[in-house]
Amino acid sequence: MRNDAGKLSLILLMAPFALWIGLLIVLPQLGIGYVSLREKVGINQYEFGPGNYADFIAEPIYRNTLFRTAWMSILVTALALLVGFPVAWYIAKIARERSRAALFLLCLIPLWVSDLVRAYGWIVLLRETGVVSTVLVGAGIIAQPVEMLYNDVTVVIGLVYTVILFMIVPLVSTLQGMDDALLEAGYNLGGGRLTVFRRIIVPYAMPGIVAGCIITFMLTAGSYLTPILLGGKNSSWFTEQIYNQFITRYNWEAGATFGVLLLGFTSLVVWAGLRLTGQSLSTTVAKE
Amino acid sequence: MQRSAGLMFVYRAYVVLFFLYLVAPLAAAGAFAFNDSMFPSLPWQGFTLDWFFSPVEPKLGLFYDDRLLRGLQNSLVIGLIVSALAVAAGTCNAFLFERRQFPFKRLLYILMIVPLVIPGVILGISILVFASMLANFADQTLGLFLTWLRPGIPLIVLGQFSFLTTITSLVIAARLQKFDISLEEAALNLGASRIRVLLTVTLPFLAPALFSAFVVAFLVSFENFNTTLMLVGSDAPLTITMYDRMVKVGSTPVLNAVSVFLMLGSGLLALASVLAQRPRKAA
Repeated sequence: MRNDAGKLSLILLMAPFALWIGLLIVLPQLGIGYVSLREKVGINQYEFGPGNYADFIAEPIYRNTLFRTAWMSILVTALALLVGFPVAWYIAKIARERSRAALFLLCLIPLWVSDLVRAYGWIVLLRETGVVSTVLVGAGIIAQPVEMLYNDVTVVIGLVYTVILFMIVPLVSTLQGMDDALLEAGYNLGGGRLTVFRRIIVPYAMPGIVAGCIITFMLTAGSYLTPILLGGKNSSWFTEQIYNQFITRYNWEAGATFGVLLLGFTSLVVWAGLRLTGQSLSTTVAKE
Repeated sequence: MQRSAGLMFVYRAYVVLFFLYLVAPLAAAGAFAFNDSMFPSLPWQGFTLDWFFSPVEPKLGLFYDDRLLRGLQNSLVIGLIVSALAVAAGTCNAFLFERRQFPFKRLLYILMIVPLVIPGVILGISILVFASMLANFADQTLGLFLTWLRPGIPLIVLGQFSFLTTITSLVIAARLQKFDISLEEAALNLGASRIRVLLTVTLPFLAPALFSAFVVAFLVSFENFNTTLMLVGSDAPLTITMYDRMVKVGSTPVLNAVSVFLMLGSGLLALASVLAQRPRKAA
């Protein structure tokens, strides 16, 4: 009797989880997989086959957009780590107790501001009639207003900006757990700064680094607003291709194919990252 | 640790520069909401609140702009519904994974985290495709027109729910983990029923986490763009309305006013959530 009640309550507790994961995650992913394997041969006539993938490989524009998105995402992730690590170190180890909390909160505030507002802020700053250009002209540094939007450097700056907080937050929480005695021991044993950094700090911070890199990479590769608003019409971002195929051209077969490719690619990178560093998804991402 | 003063100065300067980089675009987006000009750019023409409260064109203020207000209303409706659903489902998931043992638990736990690492655009299109398949199927075989499976607010709610539930589950589970199970046992020994224990002991303990999970879900829902973009129908939420305006009309200071409004709103909510999670000093 007691056991039956336990089973019943387990099933009841499991139901929302099963409905959620089944109906909103697993089946829809299988759905786009199915649509991507469907070739349109006429009006409402379909054949099964890998034709959509062959089209993707045959068309250099699509291929290059995926490669470009991929390498720019990796670049943004690397830059976010480079720029963010010293800041995280400062917050976790150098700032005093009280300013630490304030700095950490300051880091979190832009996290709650929409991507759209952040991208809009960059537009106001960087466009031809924008603040930076006007100030530079006013100061006599440049003769005419310059357009600073719509180039790759701006897109990278904007993307790093959008994602860097997701790098800093896990880094700070890992570094805060580190005992300073570890560093002292390293120096006492004759290690130089570089050795201590490479042999003690980096291995200790690894879960935070991996978590930050995964989140940063996923957010960058899947971002839509920043590349489009800061990069303009020719930003060639892969999510933009997906949107165009789905909504503008109403070509769901091609759109689904691109979706599967993007998901496959990002999963591959995440899996490789976890494998290389010996971490798992539940020890990194779920820690937030 | 040996540190030289000069190096420390450079380091501090770097941190200051970094925070300037963080604040600059937000400050720019905010400041020009108060500039008495038709464009969000320099020179500064003087302070005004017209972009919030002016009832007439050409400087139609945010609070008189029907389309923006409708977007705001849609965002609020979507946010409230989806957060309530995500907190409810997240609470179930927290109990499921913290309290119960069942086969394939590790695998299912990973499945629970997976929605966080699927790009939002892909969540959006996959739910769009799946819902359309179901709707077409119902249409062709049963002759039913299921409009809620077509792009619109119900689909946006489902799309956002799909990844917000992961966030709420993790927040609530973290709190449940800290719960001392002997409190429940004591209440049970004293003769309380299971439901009563849940209502008077466990849920009150979880309340701060439930509240901050709700706030976080609401904020993320309110700001969500990628998933929503794929599922939006005729009633667009505020972020989509603002994006449309930006792309079609170009930037006017009313968009800065919207930005200020969003920043203030989310700032206050985030603060409320931080305060709620803070341990009470004198209990």
